[in-house]
Amino acid sequence: MAKPARPLSPHLQVYSWGLHMVLSILHRATGVALGAGALLVAAWVIALASGPECYAQFQACAGSWLGRFVLFGFTWALMLHLCNGIRHLVWDAGYGFDLDATRRSNQLVFWGAILLTVVTWVLGYSLLGRA
Amino acid sequence: MSLRTPLGRVRGLGSAKDGTHHWWMQRVTAVALILLTVWFVASLVALVGADYAVVRDWIGNPVVAVLLSLFIGTSLYHFKLGLQVVIEDYIHHEGLKIAAQLAVTFFSVVVAAVSIFAVLKIAFQATGQA
Repeated sequence: MAKPARPLSPHLQVYSWGLHMVLSILHRATGVALGAGALLVAAWVIALASGPECYAQFQACAGSWLGRFVLFGFTWALMLHLCNGIRHLVWDAGYGFDLDATRRSNQLVFWGAILLTVVTWVLGYSLLGRA
Repeated sequence: MSLRTPLGRVRGLGSAKDGTHHWWMQRVTAVALILLTVWFVASLVALVGADYAVVRDWIGNPVVAVLLSLFIGTSLYHFKLGLQVVIEDYIHHEGLKIAAQLAVTFFSVVVAAVSIFAVLKIAFQATGQA
């Protein structure tokens, strides 16, 4: 049977991008990326369980500029997924659906994730200086 | 033909025979992960610059070993539930879909099992030496 040429729903590319769309797809993307983050946590505890030489190798990798870059990205992905995840739970409870509240929570999630990431790393580096 | 009302059909078990279980478990693990993630990140910040012995001592604490195991297990369960929906949304070829679901499940269970085993190995060695 031939399919009748019904109008199709507009595809994503006809809309101008807004922060709400960016955050929505980033929630998925960071969720997938955090699976790779779980591999980093696994590598960390396995190295720790395997002995001092193995752990020294892990520390050398994690402490390199590439390692720090990946860990910084991991921190940001975790914080964004955490902040946006809390917003999803608020939505699930039935709050924050009107346009003004959504605009505010967009900003809160986006900047909150960046702020938490920077605070985490500033605290980490300040402790490193003290040690 | 069913004589049940639409409301009667959606009550209790839905058409997939598991109702809202998937949705609910994703929320349960999300709430648990808020607390566990804050604890994990704060702990790692406190451990920055710590050497091998200090980090092993830290995991040697039973409370830490249990919380770390819960964090790893809950994270990967939450990951499995999330990736399952991503696959359902984007992969439409039946064989590929099943293969991807199996791969995600195996990945999650293996990474969780291996990580938790490593944590427990460190924890039990610490108890043995004390």
